[in-house]
Amino acid sequence: MPARPDEPALDPVPTIVGLARTLRAAGVAASPTRVQATVEAIGALDATSRGQVYWAARLTLCADPDDLPRFDRVFSAYFGGERPAALRRQRLPVPRPVPAVDVSASPPAPADDGEPAPPVAALASGTEVLRHKDIARLSAAEREALRRLLAAFALPGELRRSRRWRPAGRGPIDAARTTRELLRRGGEPAALRHRRHRDRPRRVVLLVDVSGSMSSYADALLRFAHAAARGSAAPLEVFTIGTRLTRVTRELSHRDPDTAIAAVGLAVPDWSGGTRLGELLKAFLDRWGQRGLARGAIVVVLSDGWERGDAGLLGAQMARLRRLAHRVVWANPRKARPGYAPLAAGMAAALPHVDDFVEGHSLAALERLAAVVAGHA
Amino acid sequence: MTQGLLPAGVTGPAELRPLLADLGYLADDGLATASYLALRLHRPLFLEGEAGVGKTELAKTLARLVGAPLIRLQCYEGIDATQALYDWDFPRQLLHLRAAEAAGVRDLAGMEADLYSRRFLLARPLLAALETTPSVLLVDEIDRADDEFEAFLLEVLSDFTITVPELGTLHAEVPPVVVVTSNRTREVHDALKRRCLYHWLEHPDFDREVAIIRLRQPAASAQLAEQVTRVVQRLRSVDLLKPPGVAETLDWTEALVALGAQTLDAELATATLGAVLKYREDLEQARRLDVGALVAAAVGGG
Repeated sequence: MPARPDEPALDPVPTIVGLARTLRAAGVAASPTRVQATVEAIGALDATSRGQVYWAARLTLCADPDDLPRFDRVFSAYFGGERPAALRRQRLPVPRPVPAVDVSASPPAPADDGEPAPPVAALASGTEVLRHKDIARLSAAEREALRRLLAAFALPGELRRSRRWRPAGRGPIDAARTTRELLRRGGEPAALRHRRHRDRPRRVVLLVDVSGSMSSYADALLRFAHAAARGSAAPLEVFTIGTRLTRVTRELSHRDPDTAIAAVGLAVPDWSGGTRLGELLKAFLDRWGQRGLARGAIVVVLSDGWERGDAGLLGAQMARLRRLAHRVVWANPRKARPGYAPLAAGMAAALPHVDDFVEGHSLAALERLAAVVAGHA
Repeated sequence: MTQGLLPAGVTGPAELRPLLADLGYLADDGLATASYLALRLHRPLFLEGEAGVGKTELAKTLARLVGAPLIRLQCYEGIDATQALYDWDFPRQLLHLRAAEAAGVRDLAGMEADLYSRRFLLARPLLAALETTPSVLLVDEIDRADDEFEAFLLEVLSDFTITVPELGTLHAEVPPVVVVTSNRTREVHDALKRRCLYHWLEHPDFDREVAIIRLRQPAASAQLAEQVTRVVQRLRSVDLLKPPGVAETLDWTEALVALGAQTLDAELATATLGAVLKYREDLEQARRLDVGALVAAAVGGG
């Protein structure tokens, strides 16, 4: 925007740039193109009115309802009587919660119930042994090998018919392509072209339990989620549940698994806390599921079903989830333990509303889970 | 100084508000500013918020304000360029070809250029909006379309042009007013949002909601409007599957007016609660809350 020579005192650009920098430090993605829009918007409004400057900046710098409270905080601090120049270098603390436990450094958890490890066939290859071994009982070296194996995962949902068309040898006549063919031949009758609806994989939603009782599996399951998100063309959404619900789809979009897991570690505030499955499932359904994320999707809950809250609420929410989703799969790592019965109150309440109840304790179990999700099982 | 598509005499959001109110839309400061900037700067308006807070209604009102037709593109999964931008009119092209052949036209190059000219192009909503001056384009529920579709919108929203490979680039003489709405079922790409003014619509506060009812349902008494609003606002504070929006408040009032109600009572409210709450679970919860007590509190002025 060209500076107006008659109003040199009102040049809003440095102030806006300063505001945008403070916003960026607070976690709002106020990019330079947005700043340009702000300057333009303020130019069209009354730059001396605080209310109008507020709306001009909010309308152009924010892009998400989560941005709004941060924006309000920064705006009132920034224009709270301090000169913009003084604030220029000041950085507001990034409102990202620090994780209680960093998974990448978490030691292999001690076996919490003292059961002997499942017997292993002596002649099986190392990989084959690893495939079936409970993730909670791996040594550091085995863990590393597992990570490499996990990286090859893909998790496409089962196919459904989409609204899009594809050319086909048979099926309804494709008028557009047939006429185009006719035109190409100067209007001479040509072969009929056909089309069919294209098949697309269903959306997959992973809800990964990162509470204390799942701590020995959380890292491997998140790596599984990362590989699945990178490996399949189908849309995949990942949430962590513990004492809070966190959407980690964006964090997991990093190419490198270690970077991605570290980013998740920063974003998730509730590693190894308790579990309030029912409440969090409700939060998921209220905020994302019912609007459309869970509709027609395959929802996979990776949890041991250890519920600290009201098991009745969990049952009601699972029923609601099943009405929305195409299929609900529950993977419980504890299911593989000898003598397991779904006695945990949460698990018992959830089971009637689960389409497939599978294990999730080893690589082989995760492969089986992927097959269930893809509809091959 | 350019006025954009603003009505004559409007130099700020404060002057736009009464004009919107005259058309039956009560906007708060934020929405008035957003509308003002959208009209003045030709920037698309990206609206998010709960269902029934008046996102689509704003586009309709802006169309009446500007005196332009509303061109609506309802997004759905699998929507593609031939349904949103343009398509070639193959039957007409064929007829033209046949006619030219019968007339013995030998100029093949000219014939081909002729076949791919504007008159054989069918305008779908986005192209229609660029070619209609002025116009208001509503891209409704963009989150329902798959994300590949957003790419089609980028050129339209930033440059107000559409490029047809066979024909060249088509420009809008006057850019249309664009309103994009989303229910947030998925994250819309940042490249699209960056080109827009972003506004999050909240449920209105008590006074504004009463005013909206009075404006949209003039047959309702002031007393009824206040009682209905009080009950609805109370219901919103309860944990419901689908909190009622302004649209539901208006529906309910309309139903009560149709029943000849001057004030709300427990019996009427229970009988017509289906206009506000659309889930069995929500109805049950309202029943547990005791609709009668709720209404009594509202009627008593609490």
